[in-house]
Amino acid sequence: MIAADGASDDGSLPSEASRQKISLEYESEHEPNTTPALALTQISKTFGAVQALREVSFVVRPGTVHALLGENGAGKSTLMRVAFGMLTPDSGTVQRKGRPVTLRSPADALAHGIGMVHQHFTLVPSMTVAENVALGGHGVFDPARAADRVREVATRTGLSLDPEARIHALPVGAQQRCEIVKALARDVSLLILDEPTAVLAPSEARELLAWVRRFADAGNAVVLITHKLRDALAVADDVTVLRHGACVLSVRATSVNETQLAAAMIGQAQVSTDVLGAANERRTEILAATAPVTDASSTAAAHRGDRDRDRNRDAVLVADGVTYVDARGVPRVKSVALSVRAGEIVGLAAVEGAGQHELLRLLAGRLVPSSGRIVRPETIGFIPEDRHRDALLLDAPLFENLALRGAGARTGRIDWTAFRRPSAQVVADRDVRTPGVEVPARALSGGNQQKFVVGRELAEHPTALIVENPSRGLDFVATAAVQQALRDTRDAGTAVVVYSSDLDEVLQLADRVVVMFDGTLREVTGGRDAVGQAMLSAESAP
Amino acid sequence: MTSEVPDNAQAESQRHDDGTKGREGAGKASIWQAANGGRSGEPPPSPPRPVRTPQNTSRAFVAKVVSVAVILVAALALMALLLLATGHPVGPALQALWRGAFGSWYAITSATITRMVPLGFAGLAVALAFRAGILNIGAEGQLLMGAVAATALTPMLASLPAIVALPMLLVAGAIAGGAWAAVAAFLRRRYGVLEVISTIMLNFLALYMTGWLVRGPLQEPTRVNPQSASLPMPLQLPVLLEGTRLHAGVLVLVAVAVAVWWWLAHTASGFRVRAVGANAAASWSAGGIDVPRTAFGAFLVSGALAGLAGSVEYTGITFALYENFSPGYGYTAIAVALLARLHPLGVLMTALLFGALEAGANAMQRDAQVPSVVVSVVEAVLILLVVAADRWRQRTQSVEGGT
Repeated sequence: MIAADGASDDGSLPSEASRQKISLEYESEHEPNTTPALALTQISKTFGAVQALREVSFVVRPGTVHALLGENGAGKSTLMRVAFGMLTPDSGTVQRKGRPVTLRSPADALAHGIGMVHQHFTLVPSMTVAENVALGGHGVFDPARAADRVREVATRTGLSLDPEARIHALPVGAQQRCEIVKALARDVSLLILDEPTAVLAPSEARELLAWVRRFADAGNAVVLITHKLRDALAVADDVTVLRHGACVLSVRATSVNETQLAAAMIGQAQVSTDVLGAANERRTEILAATAPVTDASSTAAAHRGDRDRDRNRDAVLVADGVTYVDARGVPRVKSVALSVRAGEIVGLAAVEGAGQHELLRLLAGRLVPSSGRIVRPETIGFIPEDRHRDALLLDAPLFENLALRGAGARTGRIDWTAFRRPSAQVVADRDVRTPGVEVPARALSGGNQQKFVVGRELAEHPTALIVENPSRGLDFVATAAVQQALRDTRDAGTAVVVYSSDLDEVLQLADRVVVMFDGTLREVTGGRDAVGQAMLSAESAP
Repeated sequence: MTSEVPDNAQAESQRHDDGTKGREGAGKASIWQAANGGRSGEPPPSPPRPVRTPQNTSRAFVAKVVSVAVILVAALALMALLLLATGHPVGPALQALWRGAFGSWYAITSATITRMVPLGFAGLAVALAFRAGILNIGAEGQLLMGAVAATALTPMLASLPAIVALPMLLVAGAIAGGAWAAVAAFLRRRYGVLEVISTIMLNFLALYMTGWLVRGPLQEPTRVNPQSASLPMPLQLPVLLEGTRLHAGVLVLVAVAVAVWWWLAHTASGFRVRAVGANAAASWSAGGIDVPRTAFGAFLVSGALAGLAGSVEYTGITFALYENFSPGYGYTAIAVALLARLHPLGVLMTALLFGALEAGANAMQRDAQVPSVVVSVVEAVLILLVVAADRWRQRTQSVEGGT
């Protein structure tokens, strides 16, 4: 744990008044009667080879708002799923009001007064508010009583809500209030909110945070999962930061500022080498065994030198004033300009929901911009993050998966031998571990599937390549192979755009970095900290 | 249990958030809307899977044949149980079944194979649609409309030589079947009406329209019987074996089945159809395939195949249109297609099997006084067994799911 003991410097925090007791030590002896509302102790959880949580301890004091911060995949949601009984930890204990509890299901959690509102609502759109709140209850459903219950909870907690309204007719803010009322109707006194402000307009978000504050002040407790530092500092009493599944910071909110939180979330260079040290060592070993280029970072450095020479290379992929409004009318990408030259890797960094997935698809030609212009080369490769959904026919043999690329424009008869041979070539070139090209894609491991997808998209030496989370779900060996493939492609003159939710991966791969925040894009120079700041706040965003 | 969120429901809502707008709310992206821009948020980490010992294609084929055989044996056993439970003598009943289906040259050619032909065409229609991810339950209605079109066209072709007129009748049936399917395809593509619902509704529409037509515009000249005028001899499909009802339609069926198989397996557009059915999102994202258009086209071809079933039946067997023109061939075709694992050449085999069952059922009713619905029950159970077997297979393989 890193103890961040910097002084609070942000005097403009609205809830300053509500935080009388400032203390730097986490467990304070000055508050004798505070049995924690929830105490998670030494929680570890492993999914296969991925350690999602390593010995994380997390304490929520009654009457407080506790902000849980971290990048995507840092383990925030996993930790809270443990607290809500959706996941069983491999080790560690859960205590509720000082008593050890075993939560086997959300029903258990609710029985212990723990409620959770998910980022993606779990309401039935065609039903009324009252019906949704009553969902999951037992016995007879009495519409009048259900409506009364909603009114009662709404009045008691100050959440205005019409019990007769149908969910699909409600604005998002009201839908969220319904989710909260649904939890509160079960007498929840510890409320977990997962990214509650992500879907809200600024005014609604302020309203919600004010409510959260009042709810906590009334003696309840709230856990606020967020990656918005502003929200966290504005309303929280305590702040805990997770990074790579470990708790790196847990302090009173008054004792830290935005910069310190950002540093903890993104991790300082020091921290990142510690965490990734072993991994990098291993990676290097493997590269030494499989490829002539062994030191990834030195390659990147060497290339950066070359890059000045290549300044006058042609821009092959150009976006100009590109805006994309999704089907629900929400602008996802806002007048983005980007120019990618042949032979460079542009790294895209962003927190979830900044519009990066839409931008990548716009660049790859998989989405049509609402306005603006994109100049795209003839051949363009696209490696999506969800290969099972967007890249492969799992039950089709590998050579048919190779043929999938370009299938939309093909006509006439297909000579499959013309695909078997290049498939075998891809398998050989990319070291895809498979007994042959006749086996279905499903039979391959995730890493080999991804290597095959990469090989397919690169088989015709595309002028540009769009890559989204290339190493998601891969082990180190496969990650190294995929990253090396991207570098080789760059060196061969392809214009590459790489997005990864892992900032370190972006920085490792990129020749230059662009950051997306709330739909807008800008180039960021000046290293890890600057990029991290730009990802997390609109502060310096245009 | 309240705000408990099953993982898939959550992924679902994420997909909605992200603009994939799967209208039918199925787990995978709809084939009817461009599956672009959809993406999931932070997916739950999933355990890596062990690399499976790869099976080669021939072993997979053997496994399929074995599973079909097991299902058939199970169905036969069930039929025996059913007969026992209803107090019918099992031995004589099964004997009658066999006699009716394969007991004589005449039974094979005139009972089994004549039923195999419409089942085969309709089975191809269903198999093709299902391969494209379209749940076309409307083969029955498309078949009827094919027969209606051929019937309606007959008087106009009287002056043409049979060599020209007969193919025109068959093609007219195919076009009418395709047009009938186009109604459901259009409703689906434009308004998101589930094709399962619309095709079933269209089946009823076709059935009652046929009933009205054979009492009205298409009724035979004497206006006595509720059926159309008899098809003139020259326009009938030639009989292949003297003294039987075995007609040239069976040759057309085999040719069409091979053509459908070849199209799916060896052409670019056939591959698109298979890709769209296998994974609509990847078809668009990785293949640049126009998914709604491909699905629409496959739906039309499916309807055309079912329509062909109608016009072949009209020109080969019935020689007239009447209300109960089809004894549910379009529905049985679903079982035919499923048992064939949606393989066009497999459809020939399973259509023969179901043709035999239907022929045998008649004989069983006639000779052993066992109601022929017993066979219908067996057919229904076959569908359930096939679906269950597929589920089971998926379950056992799902260890390898996840990213």
